[in-house]
Amino acid sequence: MEAKEAQRPAAVPAPAGGVQEVEVVLYAKRKEIYPRQKIGDSLGIFQKWRWAFVWLTQIVFYGLPWLTWNGRQAVLFDLAERKFYILGLVLWPQDIIYLTGILIIAALSLFLFTAVGGRLWCGYACPQTVYTEVFMWIERLFEGDRAKRMALDKQPPSARKVLRKTAKHAAWIALALWTGYTFVGFFTPIRELGVEILTLQVGGWALFWVLFYGFATYGNAGWMREQVCKYMCPYARFQSAMFDQDTLIVTYDTERGEPRGAGSKTKDRKGAGLGDCVDCGLCVQVCPTGIDIRNGLQYECIGCAACIDACDFVMERAGMPKGLVRYATEHSLAGRYGRKGIVEHILRPRVFVYAGILLVVIVALATALALRVPLKVDVIRDRGSLATEAEDGSVVNTYRLTVINTTEQPREFTLSAEGLPGLRVESATRFTVPAATTDAVPMRLAAPAGSVPPGSNKIVVVVTAVDDPGVSVHEKTAFLGLRH
Amino acid sequence: MSGDFQASSFYSVFWDYYVAILSLVSIVGCAVFLWLQSRRRILVKSEVGAGPVKGDPATTGHVWDGDLQEFNNPLPRWWIWLFYITVVFSLVYLVLYPGLGTKWDGVLRWSSSGQYQTEVKAAQERFGPIFEAFAQQPFDKLAADPKARAIGQRIFLNNCAQCHGSDAQGSRGFPNLADGDWQWGGSQEAILTTLLNGRNGVMPPMGAAVGGKDGVEDVANFVLSLSGSAHNSAKAAKGKEKFETVCAACHGPEGKGNPALGAPNLTDKTWLYGGSVTTIAETINAGRNNVMPSFKQILTGPEIHLVGAYVWSLSHPAGTAPAAAASK
Repeated sequence: MEAKEAQRPAAVPAPAGGVQEVEVVLYAKRKEIYPRQKIGDSLGIFQKWRWAFVWLTQIVFYGLPWLTWNGRQAVLFDLAERKFYILGLVLWPQDIIYLTGILIIAALSLFLFTAVGGRLWCGYACPQTVYTEVFMWIERLFEGDRAKRMALDKQPPSARKVLRKTAKHAAWIALALWTGYTFVGFFTPIRELGVEILTLQVGGWALFWVLFYGFATYGNAGWMREQVCKYMCPYARFQSAMFDQDTLIVTYDTERGEPRGAGSKTKDRKGAGLGDCVDCGLCVQVCPTGIDIRNGLQYECIGCAACIDACDFVMERAGMPKGLVRYATEHSLAGRYGRKGIVEHILRPRVFVYAGILLVVIVALATALALRVPLKVDVIRDRGSLATEAEDGSVVNTYRLTVINTTEQPREFTLSAEGLPGLRVESATRFTVPAATTDAVPMRLAAPAGSVPPGSNKIVVVVTAVDDPGVSVHEKTAFLGLRH
Repeated sequence: MSGDFQASSFYSVFWDYYVAILSLVSIVGCAVFLWLQSRRRILVKSEVGAGPVKGDPATTGHVWDGDLQEFNNPLPRWWIWLFYITVVFSLVYLVLYPGLGTKWDGVLRWSSSGQYQTEVKAAQERFGPIFEAFAQQPFDKLAADPKARAIGQRIFLNNCAQCHGSDAQGSRGFPNLADGDWQWGGSQEAILTTLLNGRNGVMPPMGAAVGGKDGVEDVANFVLSLSGSAHNSAKAAKGKEKFETVCAACHGPEGKGNPALGAPNLTDKTWLYGGSVTTIAETINAGRNNVMPSFKQILTGPEIHLVGAYVWSLSHPAGTAPAAAASK
């Protein structure tokens, strides 16, 4: 962290003050940020990307709980019943390994994208960014863009000001509550929850979580904004540890831009000893975290590329080439390689390692899911007794099977055992387990007297679905022989 | 609650004060430290104007390891209120809950055992009526009801299977409950009595009474002859007389047993401890003492009724005979 930021002073013209004895405080008042959202008539290219991700993620988030599948909610994480329904898949607590796989994939994806393109997640897909974008759009509807908002905040209270602010907060709260309702709808059937809320019969905890998540949305996207990224988010902190000099980051081309200065004519600039930066300040105005990208890489930068859009717009107007602020690597800015080199240096060992592990985990998870058998069997030997001898002299062992039918239909299974000559199931060999149920099935195994060596013998119990021989579980256990 | 602690020999009132004072002093100490730090201004040597906001110093002037500097990124002012909220929260928590030693039970008078009792009560209110409805029905009706059997099976697996086996077929010393052979009677009433009060089956040592080592062997052979098992007929003939004078008192002159005493039927091939001459001789010589514990304190009345019906159903597939007629 510190090492990166230490480069900042180098990128900036030497400060006028020099070293002085000054006072610092541990807590400072937050300065309100008014990010400018509109420059020109159309959205910048990176702004378009962000809105694409807003639509994509929010259509999935708000829409998914309303889909139905086989007469139930298609995606439902039923915590009370401990069953996760994802389309045709029903996951049980025993399937927690898949969650582990998903978390590993999420972590490695973050590593990979960050190594290649910096804080791409923060800039485009993170809920904090996405909801802030939506909330700022609502804000602009009621209060106007940056200049109007700043003017409005400076005004003394008036009916017009109160009305606009109230309307804005009302719209925010409405959206936030709907978000809270949707979120809880992933954990409890959303349609029933809706009816319960409308008839005022909603349970305490469901209501608490709707309000809690709604409050979090309103607070984080409406009030907290960049402070979440700056002071709270742990990913923001450790992502900078994954940067290196070949990582694409949002940067200002100091060499080309400096010395900055306003000048109307392009031709005059060189003569006047000026760089390409016209010092319009738009890159600062659009920044959602209130920084000046021309000061170099800063920990506050979420990589949203709003400054690139702003600067490109200005450069185009001024008739200069775009890309004064652009995605570039530190090495390319230092002149170690050109545009082509950037792409070549993306393919570096750490990227291959991240991508390789990611691919392996994805393939492993997909294979495991595809080969998953919707049947789980535990065989527990009765602890209370060792082997017993039947009337005809055969050796008998008793077991208890815990059979979980994880499908949503009742299923009939057959039971068999192998591993000793003449080993047979004396109890019922066919049984039915109701849909999505755990059943205890007592099992009595017998083997002819002569065929069982004394002590513990390894055997295998096989449970197979009658309608599909592919649904079969082989479970190892022990069969005790008698010592005489 | 406090009473339980004081009864313990490890309890000393010192620990109450230790816990209470340590907790309260730390919380108040945190608040004071916070208050002092929030108004502190530190004089540092720093580059001016390079800070995150124009005019602010860039670093706090702290340097470690020669080049590791602490940048001046002050937390927002409102953040300090989060710390104060945690202080207030902990104080409110300590007023509501018993966190200050055993002298203070908290305004809510919460305790883990109290919460357990509440949950048990709630569960009883929820499931009680279901069990009550089943408890009103006779065994043969319950045996035909898959729901009642499923509940009964679960109770059996959790409470009875440890001795009688998951398949209820018992093992050495623990009777088979699925073969229709009942030591203490297989009627609804007899099964319920067994479960409620337990049973203690005593076979006294009879070695001396039947005439020592030879006598025991004779009687053992006679016992085997009753069920038509392989035996020495000469010895069995000698044992017959002794059996009729000594053993018949409990097992009956024909050896058919007596459910009122728990004396087993010796004319079938069901052996609780084993059917060899050696084992039977051992039983006669040393006697047997077998205990089925009472479940009155462990299970509720309706639970006992349901598990009894489940056990009964094992030897009466699909409710073949009414419970009353099933007594032996």
